[in-house]
Amino acid sequence: MSEQTEQLSYKKGLRDGLPIALGYLSVSFTFGITAVGMGIPPLAAILISMTNLTSAGQVQGINIIAAGGGYIEMALAQLVINMRYALMGISLSQKLDNKYNLIHRIISSFGITDEIFAVASGQKADIPPRYMYGLITLPYIFWATGTAAGALLGAILPESIQAALGIAIYGMFIAIVIPPAKKSRGILWVALFSALLSSVIAFISQYITITSGISVIICAVIAAAFGAAFFPQKTGEVTADE
Amino acid sequence: MNDSTFYLIMSILVMALVTYLIRMLPLAVFRKKIRSQFALNFLYYVPYAVLSAMTIPAVFTSCGDSTAAIISSAAGFLTAIILSFAEKGLLTVALSACGAAFAADLITGWMNIV
Repeated sequence: MSEQTEQLSYKKGLRDGLPIALGYLSVSFTFGITAVGMGIPPLAAILISMTNLTSAGQVQGINIIAAGGGYIEMALAQLVINMRYALMGISLSQKLDNKYNLIHRIISSFGITDEIFAVASGQKADIPPRYMYGLITLPYIFWATGTAAGALLGAILPESIQAALGIAIYGMFIAIVIPPAKKSRGILWVALFSALLSSVIAFISQYITITSGISVIICAVIAAAFGAAFFPQKTGEVTADE
Repeated sequence: MNDSTFYLIMSILVMALVTYLIRMLPLAVFRKKIRSQFALNFLYYVPYAVLSAMTIPAVFTSCGDSTAAIISSAAGFLTAIILSFAEKGLLTVALSACGAAFAADLITGWMNIV
């Protein structure tokens, strides 16, 4: 085991992180454009990416800021949207090697994302801190750089290209949901039910004020509870991988 | 510091703090395993419920809210669905959706001119 762990070097982490980083570059670029388009200053958009490192939460976050939503709404929305990271953290904590002390856990947990978690938990050996830091490095740099490029340079792109790029992040969400939904009826029904709820709420919100942050919280809690009640997975199948 | 700058900075702070604590606490403090099947199943379904609710119906106005922009968005959405069913990667799906939306925008623009 120790020999296998030896191979999980910082450099291997960097290599494994490169494909993730390239994907993040395009998505964060459109995040930068979208944020500035909503009236968020470029510096704030970059700060959001550097302190959050998460796609869905950030998109919801700028929606809430643009709508002037409250701090509690913001906190609840981030809690629900990013709750999956807690599950990933619990899962990952079973796979860390003995060099992983409290300080390393406190620092490296900042870098848990869907993709980084997926690559880390796919390793056969237990994970040393240096591999985790290597894995996080490039995605973090590219996420911040892409946001800066989109926020500062996005405006020079023709309007039609800016508009078309607005769909990139949703394309990524769709690509995360559909492959597992093909294999799991539970995921399929949860996704469809949540989409239906969200559409109904969007319709109702023409008449009474329901902000998008509140809407996502309502949909996620109801649809996930619906899934847990009607499509329970067996213990072994409940994992956080995507 | 004016009110809107204060609001912006506080909002970013709340966002970052909540997001970080969700990631950090389970790894640093929480060492026990969750026993409740319902809680485990609930957590398992949350990401899919969140992403689906965030995507629909927002995706249909992701390129703007004019009729032409909604057509472009729908073209991108359809492309993303088809490619995801074919299990293409995140980057391929995202960029193809943009390409389809851009192509639809060119076509509707061209038809209006003609």
